[in-house]
Amino acid sequence: MRCPDCRGLLLALAMVLGAPAMAGSKITATGGARALEGGAGAGLSPWSMIAGYGSSDEWSASAFGTRVSVDDFQLDIYGAAASWGDRLELSYARQTLDVEPLGLALSQDVLGAKVRVAGELLYSAMPQISLGVQHKRQRAFAVPSALGARDDSGTDVYLSAGKLWFAALADRNVLVNATLRYTRANELGLMGFGGPDGNGSVVLELGAALFLSDRLVLGYEYRQKPDHLRAVEENDWQDLFLAWFPSKRLSIVAAYADLDEIAGLPDQTGSYLSVQVDL
Amino acid sequence: MTIRRSTVFRVFAFLACALLSGCQHQPATATLYGDLGGRTGVTRLVDAFIDRLAEDPLVVPVFADTDMSQFRRMAIDHLCSVADGGCRYEGRDMVEAHRGLDLQPRHFNAVVEDLMQAMDDLAVPQGTQNRLLGRLAPMYSDVLSRGVEPVASRQR
Repeated sequence: MRCPDCRGLLLALAMVLGAPAMAGSKITATGGARALEGGAGAGLSPWSMIAGYGSSDEWSASAFGTRVSVDDFQLDIYGAAASWGDRLELSYARQTLDVEPLGLALSQDVLGAKVRVAGELLYSAMPQISLGVQHKRQRAFAVPSALGARDDSGTDVYLSAGKLWFAALADRNVLVNATLRYTRANELGLMGFGGPDGNGSVVLELGAALFLSDRLVLGYEYRQKPDHLRAVEENDWQDLFLAWFPSKRLSIVAAYADLDEIAGLPDQTGSYLSVQVDL
Repeated sequence: MTIRRSTVFRVFAFLACALLSGCQHQPATATLYGDLGGRTGVTRLVDAFIDRLAEDPLVVPVFADTDMSQFRRMAIDHLCSVADGGCRYEGRDMVEAHRGLDLQPRHFNAVVEDLMQAMDDLAVPQGTQNRLLGRLAPMYSDVLSRGVEPVASRQR
């Protein structure tokens, strides 16, 4: 397994699981999982929840690793998130995309911040609404540049709204989330920012989750994507996920991901696996 | 940008049905109160809830000046009323009852978690738990501290 950082991650995991728990008061699962770009969400998209279990006046921190394996690509992500008061979330993620048929890798760093501006996911009549930014920096711009990308960095801005309805479907809780994002990023930013066919798009990302129990969640996401490059087509993504929250310390998301055509290689479907450890 | 592969949706629908039918509801009674086991069930739930509260370091200080036997009576009546048990809750309304306690979201979350654990202790079915939590969720805006209020508004 090519994973030079795995040893460090495993060590961090062992240390975290052995350490005394940070007192996080939020209800299990409401801190979400870490999405592709590092902040709280489900799998593909950021959702409105703030990462971790810190409620008012409480801190939280988490680390995660994710692997998406589709036909011709492997996307590896690791990162961390911290939050305060169920109000502010800061996150970091490093994404590395191996393009297996070409033997090359694309990579970028994502720094994220998200603020809950209104509502409370579980308890208020209005949805929880959060405002977020993701600043992305290319680490291997030669290929994106050759494909026509204009810039090696960019900043996404998004507004996300989500609400949980208790006992909404067969007496199970249902969480629905919608995120509206302005982005210049091609394939998350892994293929640079902007291009001959556009230099910024507004996209919609939708998610729905059914709580089979307090700790097991079945969900679906649809992520609209921009299409700024002319050399290669970019398509929308979707996934069907099962998220398991055995405790407030650990969560695991397994998904079937449909990433359609990436860099001219069609029908990229496969698995998504993410493991997250909370302090 | 069209949604392809309707298979995904069929799989989703199938999984949702298959997994949910594994946890069918109990034979439904007419009300949530009935599903909670009526007077006996709600009384046991409140007792289990108080046991959980008493073990919760975040919550114990909040109840420092509370008469717990009165709290117990009021909680039983309140749950009965909220769950359509036909009781009239005659205690103070939720805003009044929690005024001055300086409750913050972390306290509310902790109490919700204690209630969920109490329901788990008594093996209350998930669906019944969800229905009760849904009825109680709107209390959030009533019980949380609203900061410093003018003295006049405290008078009834």
